[in-house]
Amino acid sequence: MSLNHEVMQSIIKRYPRSRSAIMPLLHYVQSVSGYVTNEGIETISKILEIETAEVSAVATFYTQYKRKPVGEYHVGVCTNTLCAVMGGDAIFSALKDHLGIENDGVTDDGKVSLEHIECNAACDYAPVVMANWEFYDNQTVESAKAIVDGARQGNPPAPTRGPNRLVTYKEASAVLAGLDDGLAREGVQAGGPTLLGLKLSKEGK
Amino acid sequence: MSKLTPVLSAHWDEKDSFTIEAYTRHGGYSASKKALAMDPDAVIQMVKDSGLRGRGGAGFPTGMKWGFIPQGDDKDHYLVVNADESEPGTCKDTPLLMANPHVLIEGCIIACHAIRAKSAFIYIRGEVTHVVRRVNAAIADAYKAGHLGNGIDVTLHIGAGAYICGEETALLDSLEGFRGQPRLRPPFPAIAGLYARPTVVNNVESISSVPAIIANGAEWYQSMGTEKSKGATLYSLSGHVNNPGQFEAPLGITLREILDLAGGVRDGHRLKFWTPGGSSTPLFTDAHLDTPLDYEGVSAAGSMLGTKALQIFDETTCVVRAVHRWTEYYKHESCGKCTPCREGTWWLVQILRDLENGTGTEADLEKLLDLCDNIMGRSFCALGDGATSPITSSIKYFRDEYIAHVTNGACPFDPVQSTLFVGAVKQ
Repeated sequence: MSLNHEVMQSIIKRYPRSRSAIMPLLHYVQSVSGYVTNEGIETISKILEIETAEVSAVATFYTQYKRKPVGEYHVGVCTNTLCAVMGGDAIFSALKDHLGIENDGVTDDGKVSLEHIECNAACDYAPVVMANWEFYDNQTVESAKAIVDGARQGNPPAPTRGPNRLVTYKEASAVLAGLDDGLAREGVQAGGPTLLGLKLSKEGK
Repeated sequence: MSKLTPVLSAHWDEKDSFTIEAYTRHGGYSASKKALAMDPDAVIQMVKDSGLRGRGGAGFPTGMKWGFIPQGDDKDHYLVVNADESEPGTCKDTPLLMANPHVLIEGCIIACHAIRAKSAFIYIRGEVTHVVRRVNAAIADAYKAGHLGNGIDVTLHIGAGAYICGEETALLDSLEGFRGQPRLRPPFPAIAGLYARPTVVNNVESISSVPAIIANGAEWYQSMGTEKSKGATLYSLSGHVNNPGQFEAPLGITLREILDLAGGVRDGHRLKFWTPGGSSTPLFTDAHLDTPLDYEGVSAAGSMLGTKALQIFDETTCVVRAVHRWTEYYKHESCGKCTPCREGTWWLVQILRDLENGTGTEADLEKLLDLCDNIMGRSFCALGDGATSPITSSIKYFRDEYIAHVTNGACPFDPVQSTLFVGAVKQ
């Protein structure tokens, strides 16, 4: 698949100034190539009429832009303090052993990559694991292993709060480029902890 | 009577709460209709009168911020919504946007009208794919329904993993297509923000609070909260508690009250330390259970209300490990622009690593405090300041525990004990 210039132009048109489109364009490159390729950087620089170094400067600043291929399913384990303490460190360590890869590693079959991530705004669901930036809440070592095992077999479990199936890294990157995949209505509106205060107030507490 | 006051969260328990149908079913988009018929200055006055203060951490009065935008200047004005929720422990805007993105869009319409802006940008962090879907779908539905596109446009901008972009001027640089690095102020965004135009940057919860204020009036909002901290807000309880979650309550509620609602600290354990508003706010202990969680109360007790991210840690948690981990985060997220933050956080991590593994010395504590003193207040933004908060507060309350690591030659805690996999079974 190659970069579609019409899609790129539609992204640029969202903004009053074209340079603002760098970030969604980089997400778009990842949706096509699985990571930020040199070709992607060159194409963005041409289309925005800026230097490749300026595009690279942005691409290397933000953690989500990958300069080498990640897995079809990119798995992140939150090891910021709260998740780490509550089990994130144990999950991350177990997944490294289970997959035989280190932080930022990819399995030989290219299916799964692993990264320790920072706080993902789901602390009331700790420990949290993300796969292609979809929420897997309240994880254990066993449930996290089930995510990566399923991913390697092409059949990962669905996210806890997300669509009915886990999309691939490229598909998720297209969403992050602002492109509609039609899945917004799938999945729950909220998990239990999100609703706890509301539930208690209805019980008069 | 319940201590809780669900306003933002009032309809989250309906399965389709995120749809435009559900939102309009509960009167959604009637507040924007009402506001659009008002004089913009009257809208600003109403928000000023309500006492609403920024819910992103700083607590700056929202209406006053809107009032700073110059009028009649023939320049484009912008509203930028900060949905880059990344402060460790903070988890309110993300579930809000997943459950009800339309309230933010309606808030954007009202705020744009008030500050005479034609365009709003919502800057959302990139690590939340499904929330991005929900917000984008909500924007599309709002256009279809004619709420957007008739003089006010909303554009979603998706970030790519950088905590610093939650800082408003770094966010603006990022939105303009640059590395997200804070700007020197002045000029403030109200004068020269996005594309050097007058810009209001507000947090998701702040803007989402506006429709209910317009609908119900400033007095209604003022009836909740404390003298200087008006209204209700989302408190996010996480960590070693029996039932973590979101609690929407009037400002001024205490942790003791919230813990009572949440079934307390996990069974068989006791509270050791907690953050009132994310990791950048100085730690509290069990001595602060009755501190009113409003801007003034928390500040008077030596911390900050911040994002109301109540992270609870029980006695099984090593405070040195917790602080070391947070410090690694600040080191990783420092944008590198200012030397005290960029270099200082690297030194902090090295010293804390030694202290945690038992190879540090007592003198390291003084060195840490000295470094913090040289980082605090010496950079463009507050990231470096935030990095010092857990360190100085933990040494203040738990110096003995640091010393125990030194004398013991190792960490005296068993990390397994603080996981959810052992100990009390979670409900």
